[in-house]
Amino acid sequence: MSRALVVVVASMFIAFGFARVDAQRGNPQPPRAPRAAAPIDLTGYWVSVVTQDWRWRMVTPRKGDYQGVPLTLAAAKVADGWDPAKDEAAGLQCKSYGAPALMSVPGRIHVTWQDDNTLKVDADAGTQTRILRFGAAQPAAANTTRTWQGTSQAEWLMTRPNVPLQLRPMERSADTPPVRPTGGSLQVVTKNLRAGYLRKNGVPYSENAVMTEFWDLYKRPNGEEWLTITTEIEDPVYLRNTRRVAPIFKKEADGSKWDPTPCSSTW
Amino acid sequence: MGSHAVLFNMVTTTRSKGKGQRAKVMAKVSGLLLALVALSVTPAYAQIDLTGTWQRVGQNDNGASREPVDLLGMPFSADGRAKALSYDIAALSATERQCQMYPPIYAVVGPFPLQFTMVPDPVTQKLLAWKIAGWGDRDETMIWMDGRPHPSKNAPHTHGGFTTGTWDGDTLTAVTTHAKLGDIKRHRGFSSDRATLTYRFMRHGDTLTVTAILDDPVYMAEPYVLTEVYRLTTNPNNFPLTACEPIEELPTLHEDPTLVPHYLPGKHPAMNEVTEHYNIPLEAVVGGPETMYPEYRKKLKEKYVMPPPCKDACGRPPAPGQGRGQGQGQLLNQQGEPPAGGRGAAPPAGRGAPPPK
Repeated sequence: MSRALVVVVASMFIAFGFARVDAQRGNPQPPRAPRAAAPIDLTGYWVSVVTQDWRWRMVTPRKGDYQGVPLTLAAAKVADGWDPAKDEAAGLQCKSYGAPALMSVPGRIHVTWQDDNTLKVDADAGTQTRILRFGAAQPAAANTTRTWQGTSQAEWLMTRPNVPLQLRPMERSADTPPVRPTGGSLQVVTKNLRAGYLRKNGVPYSENAVMTEFWDLYKRPNGEEWLTITTEIEDPVYLRNTRRVAPIFKKEADGSKWDPTPCSSTW
Repeated sequence: MGSHAVLFNMVTTTRSKGKGQRAKVMAKVSGLLLALVALSVTPAYAQIDLTGTWQRVGQNDNGASREPVDLLGMPFSADGRAKALSYDIAALSATERQCQMYPPIYAVVGPFPLQFTMVPDPVTQKLLAWKIAGWGDRDETMIWMDGRPHPSKNAPHTHGGFTTGTWDGDTLTAVTTHAKLGDIKRHRGFSSDRATLTYRFMRHGDTLTVTAILDDPVYMAEPYVLTEVYRLTTNPNNFPLTACEPIEELPTLHEDPTLVPHYLPGKHPAMNEVTEHYNIPLEAVVGGPETMYPEYRKKLKEKYVMPPPCKDACGRPPAPGQGRGQGQGQLLNQQGEPPAGGRGAAPPAGRGAPPPK
């Protein structure tokens, strides 16, 4: 091996190695596009698995049933006036498919990259689409049209590279291979919503609602993949305190069960 | 001398030595390079501190149900359904059952906070285990983090089971085996002693989400997956695990020790309550894996008629100055919602209801 080769190989290893060290130490690195930087792969078809709140999700619950939602009195008054026929006639049949409710509506979602900075989440229930944009938040213009899905700002939450020594697991033996950090989460903050329903039976959220989500994946040793979407909804008008739910989804191999259905006020 | 300087020294040395020595130095250089690369591409472990008390704040019906037969969305096998429908809650009043605890999934289903403490190794002070304190009717959970294996399948089973944990980035994954049989949703279904419970503890700021996956080859046809959301609190409502002393709860059970409260197949007196209250077809009320999936709604659509407006226990918000609202009793959580079950809250069918004649 020539000396030149030694130097070249050494330089490559050192450059690669110290670049990683720099990254760990927080030294600035050229930013990668969110798609390339994704710590988890959310793309694919996911089916909602309804093991919770079945009575309020799988069927249209009876009018006036607000169990589990910390409504204000003003919200209860709105819910008491729920009239699905009136909503349908007014073209408001998608009120229960807005972003604060959509992930809890039984159905399937299809997650794809629209471009390097944008995740697209299609839902077959109500044939809705959420757009999750990465990058610096754009201030909403005063005349921005509010929509059922609002404006969603996305950010990857990376696994922390360094932790207190005390929390490191016990070393079992010298030949145990080192554990490399994996995982991460997606945080999504959604605003600029059009007022809608948290539940099909008219339990409302206002246009001032702000929703924060954390999307977490779990790939099991048996190959199953599960998605948990921790959801926090704050609404100074219609909620006494933060609403928190965490709907779950299971990954499917393909879109063979994809079944787009239109919005409905009654079912 | 830094690692850059060492390398520079060794590389320059190769220029001034003979070929034999050069080969030796080359070997050293290679070794050093490999070591440098190994060090640089192996990031530190990533973990997160879970210490503290986490108050349940999720607004779901994990442990709540007013009707004794409510298996909605529970993926029971035929055996699991039969077991659930044969169960009479009065069985808990039998002397030998009064002190039995709920199985591990009760951490997610029960009403009390999760109280995490770190258990350090006594010598290194590094993390040895996480402990989730028990509460009145739930055994403590010790999540061993030191890589020890689970015991033999023939090892004794306990109410709390045996749990090990691993980190997946900032998420703690814990797996529990060796737990005794127990009821998993406010006396409406069971997990067997062959069940495995996998937890995922995901912390985002002061919010902790737990996803629990129950695999049970005896009573479940598919994994039963639940989530719960918690917030770190400095004002916990703990219910410490203390010694349990059986008492005479139902005289009939003590007068006749051979009596085992139960319902024969098809004889559960509350079988139709969910249907009567909410018009939900009985075939859905008794659960099964297909009831968890969206396409099941197609089967329901032709059979379901929305019942009249809710008049009782509807979760109505409180009027000003009138407490926490309709249908809400003791042990309220931070949302002012009713407790998620547990023996501290009297169930509708009630411990103390007389056993069937």
